[in-house]
Amino acid sequence: MTVKFQTSNFRRALHRLRSFFRKAPLDRDLQAEMASHLEFAIEENLRRGLSPEEARRQALVRFGGVDQARQQHRETRGLPFLDILLQDLRYTLRTLRRDRVFTIIAVLILGLGIGANVVVFSVVNTILLRPLPFRDSHQLMWIAPPPQKCGMSCATYSADAYDEFRAQSRSYQDITGYMAFSGADNLRLTGRGEPEPATGIEVIGNFFQVLGVQPVKGRLFTADEARQGAHPVTLLANAYWRREFAGDPAIVGKEIDLNGKPVTVVGVLPPSFDFGAVFSPASRIDLFTPLILDDERTWGNIVTLIGRLKPDVSMGQAQAEALMVGPHLCWSVKIAASCGSYVSKGITMQLRTLKDYVSGRLRSSLMVLWCAVGMILLIACVNLSNLLLARAASRSKEFGMRTALGASRGRLVRQLLTESLVLSSSGAILGLALAYAVIAWLAHQGSIALPLLNTVTVDGRALCWTLLIAVSAAVLFGLAPGLKMSSGNLQEVLKDSGPGTSEGKKHERMRGALVISEVALACVLLIGAGLLLRSFLKVLDIDLGFQPDRAASIKVEYDDSAPTGDASAVKRGVIFQQILSRVSGVPGVDGAGLVDFLPLGQNRAWGTPTPKGKTYPPGSLPGPLVYVISPGYVQAMGMRLHGRDFAWSDNLKSEHVVLINSSAARLFWPGEDAVGKVLANGDSDLHVVGVVDDIHADSVEGQPGWQIYYPMTQEGPAGANLVVRTSLPPTTLAGSVLHALRELNPNQPAAEFRPIRTIVDHAVSPRKFFVLLVTIFAEFGLILATLGIYGVISYSVTQQTQEIGIRMALGATQARVLRAVMGKTMRLAVIGIFLGTVASVVVARWIASLLFGTEPTDPATFGAMILIMAAVALIAGYIPARRAARINPMIALRGN
Amino acid sequence: MGESKLDLLQGTLDLMVLQTLAAMGSQHGYGIARRIEQVSGDEVLLNQGTIYASLVRLQQRGWISAEWGTSDNNRKAKFYEITKEGRKQLAEDAAHWQRLAGVMGRVLAMQEEGGKQ
Repeated sequence: MTVKFQTSNFRRALHRLRSFFRKAPLDRDLQAEMASHLEFAIEENLRRGLSPEEARRQALVRFGGVDQARQQHRETRGLPFLDILLQDLRYTLRTLRRDRVFTIIAVLILGLGIGANVVVFSVVNTILLRPLPFRDSHQLMWIAPPPQKCGMSCATYSADAYDEFRAQSRSYQDITGYMAFSGADNLRLTGRGEPEPATGIEVIGNFFQVLGVQPVKGRLFTADEARQGAHPVTLLANAYWRREFAGDPAIVGKEIDLNGKPVTVVGVLPPSFDFGAVFSPASRIDLFTPLILDDERTWGNIVTLIGRLKPDVSMGQAQAEALMVGPHLCWSVKIAASCGSYVSKGITMQLRTLKDYVSGRLRSSLMVLWCAVGMILLIACVNLSNLLLARAASRSKEFGMRTALGASRGRLVRQLLTESLVLSSSGAILGLALAYAVIAWLAHQGSIALPLLNTVTVDGRALCWTLLIAVSAAVLFGLAPGLKMSSGNLQEVLKDSGPGTSEGKKHERMRGALVISEVALACVLLIGAGLLLRSFLKVLDIDLGFQPDRAASIKVEYDDSAPTGDASAVKRGVIFQQILSRVSGVPGVDGAGLVDFLPLGQNRAWGTPTPKGKTYPPGSLPGPLVYVISPGYVQAMGMRLHGRDFAWSDNLKSEHVVLINSSAARLFWPGEDAVGKVLANGDSDLHVVGVVDDIHADSVEGQPGWQIYYPMTQEGPAGANLVVRTSLPPTTLAGSVLHALRELNPNQPAAEFRPIRTIVDHAVSPRKFFVLLVTIFAEFGLILATLGIYGVISYSVTQQTQEIGIRMALGATQARVLRAVMGKTMRLAVIGIFLGTVASVVVARWIASLLFGTEPTDPATFGAMILIMAAVALIAGYIPARRAARINPMIALRGN
Repeated sequence: MGESKLDLLQGTLDLMVLQTLAAMGSQHGYGIARRIEQVSGDEVLLNQGTIYASLVRLQQRGWISAEWGTSDNNRKAKFYEITKEGRKQLAEDAAHWQRLAGVMGRVLAMQEEGGKQ
């Protein structure tokens, strides 16, 4: 029975829906039916002997109201709530069209507020909420020692350690890793016209299998391809395949020339896999080659570890196991002394989820951003509440009239909510359009070093979020004025309630409270943004140890083939000397030098030299970061040097020389001049010929550790970056420097000529991104609060035109009127600023971890922001105040 | 019309219409309304117009069907007919009503006895 009942109900629902769209024909049908009904009735009445008029009258009486019957019929057959909604919508659109200025302002405010929220939500969603774009990504673990000052060498493991860890751990389905020390433009694609720079990375053979990435073409690496002597193969990143090979469908199996050697393309990776976006934000990787572990046994710590947990193993279990396995790992199994070297000062392995590694450090920044943008929406809602209240005053008669005509309170609230929903959905549509544009732009900002940023999209979740905030915004700003308006006493409203009646006062008090909360919220935003901005300026002010302006670098290719290490060093020296003398001759170049790793990029450590004659307990000193440089580099980079630079005469025949940074000098020879001292590194002596300032090698904000510089003529560099210093804008030199390099080496690819400043900008880009957004939000909040103050004061001046007119007629001066209005403005502003400042103290403590060199209670920031807020409030109040002071009493009194 | 008339309980009109159609066969709205008035001895307060809401409801549920036709005296009118499903529904609803009426009768009778004691 229930089933049948349901089918009949379902059938009825369908009919009702259909009837909703067929009003006119159904009404005509009913009209005809009712007409025939009445004719039957009249006929019968006539037969009973009534007069024609009486027959008709009686028939109509018995029928009981044609209009009611029609109405009842419509409500029964159709969807009455939808009819009401449509009616409300039509009415709303009519009113909003009439109030065009109000509508435009409201939709703009909401559009900006909602748009900002959608953008931030999409970013938060992509970076924090969404899992990484890998199969069962929660199983992926980042396995590394805890962070230390010796850079990437202390965050990676050797080939032997990897093999051992993989063999001894039981928690993982498999463990993989990638070569952590490859830089941008490290490959040269030749055989296709001019040599093209490309960025490749070596990954352990099982890398893609462990991550769960399937190629769109061809296959992944096989185990054999990761062995010594295997034919070189490569997998192409999807974007590179499309860009460089025009999406060649038959690419698999073809050979390409990398660094002059033929390499077979075995496959193309899917577009969804973006190595840079996950592991190295804002850098792009073009191709992948298998890391041949046996080639790298002597290279030290080179790979990062990534493990995929077995489904039934928890992170805690894996961590416990890592603490057992870690202390037994050997840097090289052939050197017994190197076993246990992965524990120093009690530091051993630390597991994090890959997700946490990728985005964990951004969590608090993103949360702050999310809250800031939420506050913007709140301010926007308060502002709209205010605008609606102002309208309420002028619409109270309209609603009084509707109540008098029989509209229930619920119906009026419904009408008002429909209005706010229409406003907020228009705002949401505008906001979504804005958000799509901003996000499309953001996703292509290669210069912002945020992980996954290029995968940001407005997805289904973001759309749901939009819907949610649009509806809550509508309820938030529509309900209060709605209830207030519909609760008005009918008689009082219908009476000609002039300005200054009790209802007007009540409205004004509520509007005042709204403006105060707006000012307070804006104040919190301003102070928060001020603190972050000051931190950012402090970060920009950091002495990096080098001069990033007026310098640029380019990756240099050189022939490194030589039968022995010594021969190679000699050959290198000749080539580098040629390069530098040629480049120094380029007009505009003031200095040139070579380095293997630029600061704020890749880095590495090897060896632990100590002052000759002193002993330190083993493991008490982390190894210093090592840079292999040419003469001239120190000057080209703009580093301060005490002592002498390397010279070309420092070669294999002369004594071994090094430069150390001042931190190392202070550590090794506190209170003494390090120049002329000798360091011992194993058997060899290293003569310190100079001391340079610490450079920020790992990050701009972190404290630099120990650094040591070797000459390229005595130690082998891991590649060469040419750095030139110039008095011209660096980019203008790009062509001439490349030309000079090509003259010496036709194989020099057109690698990117990067101003050093962009390297620094890249490093501070996440902070800049957050500061920029928070500052924009704060300014938006300030504008909204200003509008709020202006609206309230302006409205009250308009309402009191007559009163002011009377006062002026009775002798009040313009100055006095101005003072009175300004006094009112200041009262609102001062209360708002006071509340906002108190709240800011709490908020500032909460964001303290994001500040740099700035106290959460920084008085300068607080003072400046409070002044800005007060000044803007004054201006917002001054405009209506001046209008009030210029009221002509004669006109004002004649007005009503 | 001095005496107050019975207000129709929710849903009862639908049942009356179904029963009327089951008893009379094909019939137009006026005919149904008149028939109900006659059978109830003019005790039911029925605005004849309300019958049309009931008719459209029953029709949408698929319990009656409708078609324009011509009456005995050559007037165009919409004729309603009970469907097979409608008959089933009628049987169920009628049984339900009779049970309810029986129970109500017994309950009310009990109250009268109580009043006498």
